[in-house]
Amino acid sequence: MAEIQLIGRAASPGLAFGPVAVLTAAVAGRMASEDPEQEAAALRSAIEGARAELAEQIKTIQSEAADILEFQAAMLEDDSLTDTAYELIAIGITADHAWRRALDLEIAGYRAAEDEYFRARAVDIVDIRDRVLAHLGGVEAVAGIAGGSIVAAEDITPSTFLATDWSQGGAIALASGSPSSHVAMLARARGAPMVVGLGPLSWHGQPPVLALVDGDAGRVIFDPEPETIRLFELRMAAAKAERTVAEATSLAPAFVANGRRITVLLNVAGPEDLANLDPAICDGIGLVRTEFLFEAAHGLPDEETQYRVYRDILVWAQDKPVTIRTLDAGGDKQVPGLTVEGESNPFLGLRGIRLSLARPEVFRMQLRALCRAAVHGTLKVMLPMVAVPSELDRANEMLDAEFTALQAKGVACARPPLGIMVEVPAAALCAADFGAAFYSIGSNDLTQYTMAAARDIGAVADLNDTSNPAVLALIAATVEAGLKRGVEVSLCGDAAANTHLTAALLATGLTTLSVSPIAVARLKAAIAKVSS
Amino acid sequence: MHDAHASRAGETSVPLTASAVLVNKVGLHARPSVKLTQCAKRFAAKIELALSGDGPWTDAKSPVKVMRVKAPQGATLHFRVTGPDGEVALAAVLALVHDGFGEA
Repeated sequence: MAEIQLIGRAASPGLAFGPVAVLTAAVAGRMASEDPEQEAAALRSAIEGARAELAEQIKTIQSEAADILEFQAAMLEDDSLTDTAYELIAIGITADHAWRRALDLEIAGYRAAEDEYFRARAVDIVDIRDRVLAHLGGVEAVAGIAGGSIVAAEDITPSTFLATDWSQGGAIALASGSPSSHVAMLARARGAPMVVGLGPLSWHGQPPVLALVDGDAGRVIFDPEPETIRLFELRMAAAKAERTVAEATSLAPAFVANGRRITVLLNVAGPEDLANLDPAICDGIGLVRTEFLFEAAHGLPDEETQYRVYRDILVWAQDKPVTIRTLDAGGDKQVPGLTVEGESNPFLGLRGIRLSLARPEVFRMQLRALCRAAVHGTLKVMLPMVAVPSELDRANEMLDAEFTALQAKGVACARPPLGIMVEVPAAALCAADFGAAFYSIGSNDLTQYTMAAARDIGAVADLNDTSNPAVLALIAATVEAGLKRGVEVSLCGDAAANTHLTAALLATGLTTLSVSPIAVARLKAAIAKVSS
Repeated sequence: MHDAHASRAGETSVPLTASAVLVNKVGLHARPSVKLTQCAKRFAAKIELALSGDGPWTDAKSPVKVMRVKAPQGATLHFRVTGPDGEVALAAVLALVHDGFGEA
């Protein structure tokens, strides 16, 4: 028997290997009556039974699963859900058919939704439908699934998930389904790997015996070859070892040996960097690069597009601070139609805040989108490549003007605090002269401008060294200015992720470091080793 | 079904209206719908919601109907309230929406 590999969408991470339990729809025979009144009474009592059963289950389970069942209970209490079924019964349709038809209509409405989240609610209505049908037919709603099984099905209802023991492992492989479904949320909470959207599961009459589920890559292999199993088990062992280490370090707040709390933030290039990431691994986001929005071939992004992206990131962060950097184009990042072509030395040319001030219409649109997004969380905005205080002052004036205009129009908005990136030596040396709400040290540019050596020119690359005393002195000067003015100082360049530099950076007095998600666990481990 | 009569004798039936932006994570979905309808049912006033200031209006006391609206995050939710305790009712549902339904 050849192995069958199917690719779907990852809905809950992790790897699992086990026997397959194929779920098929249970069909219960039911003796229907000819009398509409008896049928209506039968449906009423089935709905009552389903409600009582839900109420009983809600009492015995923990919060998030209870929320899902409470939703079902509220829907079932609503006459708007049941009216159609009773109308159908009145015209002579049997209770089970009437209920199925009425609920299928409701389910179809959800399946047709534009929003994936609402589409994913269809299976909750299926759950309600089947629960009542089970009471009508007088059978147990959910067939027991042995713990540790790989559940293969078209889709799976929250009730079926909750009736299964996930403590012994196991996973879910679905032909349809959604990563936004309630079952996917439950699976993530319980650590059960889940892959959805595998497409039709046709076994040609021969259901599979074993399956491997890769909830990280969104892949399922049915009836794997022995060699496939061997390789997969090696991966499972490695993942287990990695998890033990990561769990110990990444979720815990980072501390140095003397107990000084070090804040660890994330650098992200776009919202997709945050997919499947637990906000608990960080204290917030220290740098969102917005260049990705301007890279698309279809011209500059409009205000609405920018607003949605900023909002999604703020919502992900759950009120933890999020620092978004305004467009940092120019230098090595060219944006057609915006940046200047043919500059003799682009790194010393019209880039960062200089370009934004030269193209105020583009900058103002970004400021408006940021003000609108600011109502969704704790937003801070930072300006790249600031060299003199007047650049910050002009940006502050524009931000005030855009905020006031939005407010006057009655648009929901807030004015985020404006800080500066410290990456030009002039800004580091005179940091205290800037009325910045915070300082964020961009160590890559600060190093190359201080040492006059580019990273990508091999012959001078060894001069491009953030641990050079001159660069560290500028970092220390910035930290001191921050202390003096009572504002936060962080460092968000590559140096933050270089664990050889952790001790030197913390010695400058820095207490906030921002790194890419992949570097968080390593950085926290390095911070824990620093004794100062 | 749970609706109280909106305008009783002696009460004016001029509806109160207001709007708020849905700020919670995924819009007016399962749990927020339940919370909103539970809140609305505490009042005698007729409470309706819509995605546009001129309707179509949906009974805010019916979770099935509220879910059918499929209001996404960032949408502006308009409320129309009629009845004796209309003002308190309106303030209560608005507070719930502003608060993101208590979700993070």
